[in-house]
Amino acid sequence: MAVTNVLIVGVGGQGVLLASTLLSKIALDAGLDVKQSEVHGMSQRGGSVSSHVRFGERVYSSLIEDGTVDVLLAFEKLEALRYGYTIRKNKGVALVNDQRIDPSPVAIGLAEYPEDRIYPELEAQAANVITVDGLGLAEEAGFAGAVNVVLLGAASGFLPFTDEQWAETIRSTVKEKYVDINLKAFELGKGAVG
Amino acid sequence: MKVVLSGNEAVARGAYESGVVVAAAYPGTPSTEILENIARYQEIYCEWSSNEKVAMEVVIGASFAGVRALAAMKHVGLNVAADPFMTLTYLGVDGGLVVVTCDDPELHSSQNEQDNRHYGVFAKVPVLEPTNSQECKELVGTALEISEKFDTPVILRLTTRISHSKSVVFLGERDDGAEPHYERNIQKRLCLPAHARPRHYFIEERLERIREWAEEFHGNEVEWGETDVGFVTSGVAYNYVKEVFPEKSVLKLATTWPIPLKTVRDFARKVDELIVVEELDPIIENELKANHIECRGKDPIPICGELNPAVVRAGVTGKKPKAKPAEGLPPRPPVLCPGCPHRGVYYALNRLKATVFGDIGCYTLGAHPPLSAMDTSVCMGASITDAHGFLKAMGDKAPEHVCATIGESTFVHSGMTGLANVVYNDSPLTTVILDNAITAMTGHQHNPATGFDIRGNPAPMMDLESLCKAMGVEDVRVVNPLNYKETHKALKETMEGGRPAVVIAKSPCVLLERVKYDKNVVVDEEACSGCELCVKLGCPAISFADELAHVDNILCTRCDLCVQICPVDAIVYEEVEG
Repeated sequence: MAVTNVLIVGVGGQGVLLASTLLSKIALDAGLDVKQSEVHGMSQRGGSVSSHVRFGERVYSSLIEDGTVDVLLAFEKLEALRYGYTIRKNKGVALVNDQRIDPSPVAIGLAEYPEDRIYPELEAQAANVITVDGLGLAEEAGFAGAVNVVLLGAASGFLPFTDEQWAETIRSTVKEKYVDINLKAFELGKGAVG
Repeated sequence: MKVVLSGNEAVARGAYESGVVVAAAYPGTPSTEILENIARYQEIYCEWSSNEKVAMEVVIGASFAGVRALAAMKHVGLNVAADPFMTLTYLGVDGGLVVVTCDDPELHSSQNEQDNRHYGVFAKVPVLEPTNSQECKELVGTALEISEKFDTPVILRLTTRISHSKSVVFLGERDDGAEPHYERNIQKRLCLPAHARPRHYFIEERLERIREWAEEFHGNEVEWGETDVGFVTSGVAYNYVKEVFPEKSVLKLATTWPIPLKTVRDFARKVDELIVVEELDPIIENELKANHIECRGKDPIPICGELNPAVVRAGVTGKKPKAKPAEGLPPRPPVLCPGCPHRGVYYALNRLKATVFGDIGCYTLGAHPPLSAMDTSVCMGASITDAHGFLKAMGDKAPEHVCATIGESTFVHSGMTGLANVVYNDSPLTTVILDNAITAMTGHQHNPATGFDIRGNPAPMMDLESLCKAMGVEDVRVVNPLNYKETHKALKETMEGGRPAVVIAKSPCVLLERVKYDKNVVVDEEACSGCELCVKLGCPAISFADELAHVDNILCTRCDLCVQICPVDAIVYEEVEG
């Protein structure tokens, strides 16, 4: 099996790291080699965060080479655009949580949020751009913090794992009292992608 | 059993399985999780030491007692610990001793990107470099074995992408090491000139014996493929070479000091061209060239920044990568959290137009706009001493408001000696200790001023106020940084006081506790004048649009600072319904 490259991006504090942990675990449980790379420290204080997840028969690099991302999972729109160039041209998929979080230079008026550039530029790069109301669906599932699992649900159609495998991974990873909410979040995310 | 572990988690597992008895560290990205994970194994005594020099000395003492010991630190931490380390190489060991250094190519969370393999060359001790988490675990065991076999400390060198990348690890059982035992031997453990002089001969000869061992070590491994090019590589760079050039021959070096020259020569003879791919400095390349082994290294591969598959491909092939980032996007730098107690101090220092000597921690983020209240940051503890030297040099020409700002953990690490110097040599310096009751930047570790140990058990708590007074500071004040008027007043008065002073800004890190609020913070649209003073707090919960301020109550922690500084009282509380 060829290596699959998933890049998960967002803003520090959004749950990017838990999403990559779930994805790594499901790949490991499926008997695949897996590598994941993330950066701690400064970047977690509301900064731009990215996590690379790669799985397949044998994985060497934990970092994905630019231009070879199969699935970009973006928790925030501007971050989707920032990392859009890493997607495999006209082949990769972008799943974007349709949420805007102003970075500090925008909040204090030193820069403008590039609202109009985001989707046209992503569509020029990716074969398929899918937007999801992650926050709305997470709230519907009962917990605003479940955006990460909503997005995994949305991405599941592009990843080689069954619904049963996902359910099992969620059950064995998240705290017991959050299992039902996360299972629902996953279903809602999956349902949001036609 | 196999699991997915980060490099740091795997080092901790390696320490456990290899019978480490004592482990010590001071937190620092990207090394922090090593001790955090060792703390899960009750068989190992572990501690957050007050700094890296202390941690190094603690494990030297443990090695004297005949047991296996491990110290972990970020790259610049080894600078702090360099004094004991450079003599430790002369002493050698009783119980095996491994020093784990986590370097930070690309400066993801550091002030420089030094290559700590130089410490191996400098101290004439072996350096081992893992390429994945499984090797992180195994090489801890190898390091301890060769430490005991050759009577040497050993450096295990990780980099950010090894420390924080996760990959598959097979778990084993713990092998309990030697029982503690001790016999006095001052020839070995008391480094007088007469004792140390013969040890220098010993360590030169030791290095050659370790080189011979490395020639046979299975971690230095050739993977044959096409032979038009052969790569010599180590650490994370090995993975990028295999990723980009899977069909070529590769010599993977686990021992990057001393280099097994015979092994490299044999490999070099069988390939047409030798290319060295290593992150940061040309340690391997220079050693090969010094021994007349022809190769290319930093000629195609960059010396600055971290490598990745695209950089390695571009370096070797000379072709520029096609994928290019979008231009003109606003950056998303890290910021002080909503409700962060440091904000009150930096906002006041901004208003006072102070010259601020900064230090290492979350509060370094006070340098960014709109707070823009920091002028310098060098290394742990340097705020106080740099400010002292500055004031002595400037004399009468010094700015009206000058201070040093330092977190409580950094103050204990290496600020205390600086403060003693300020008092002793009489500087009119105000030192602001930002006491948020935790080492926050690295992800919440305890320290001697928090009242808890590494496992969260209660521990004696340093009384900073009494300490500063005992050091001879007469003007010591404690303020709540979220009380703006009080903080502003104390900073202004002490900076204008003309004598050594300490302001302890005491309020816990806002991330320590999650609270449910019964009030929201709202902007009275009639009253808001659009002056944007609140925006200058740089709080992520405050935004400005349509000539009005807005507060995001999901992010807001009700710290009250914006309510206090609004000149027209337009920011108010509103009861949450239900």
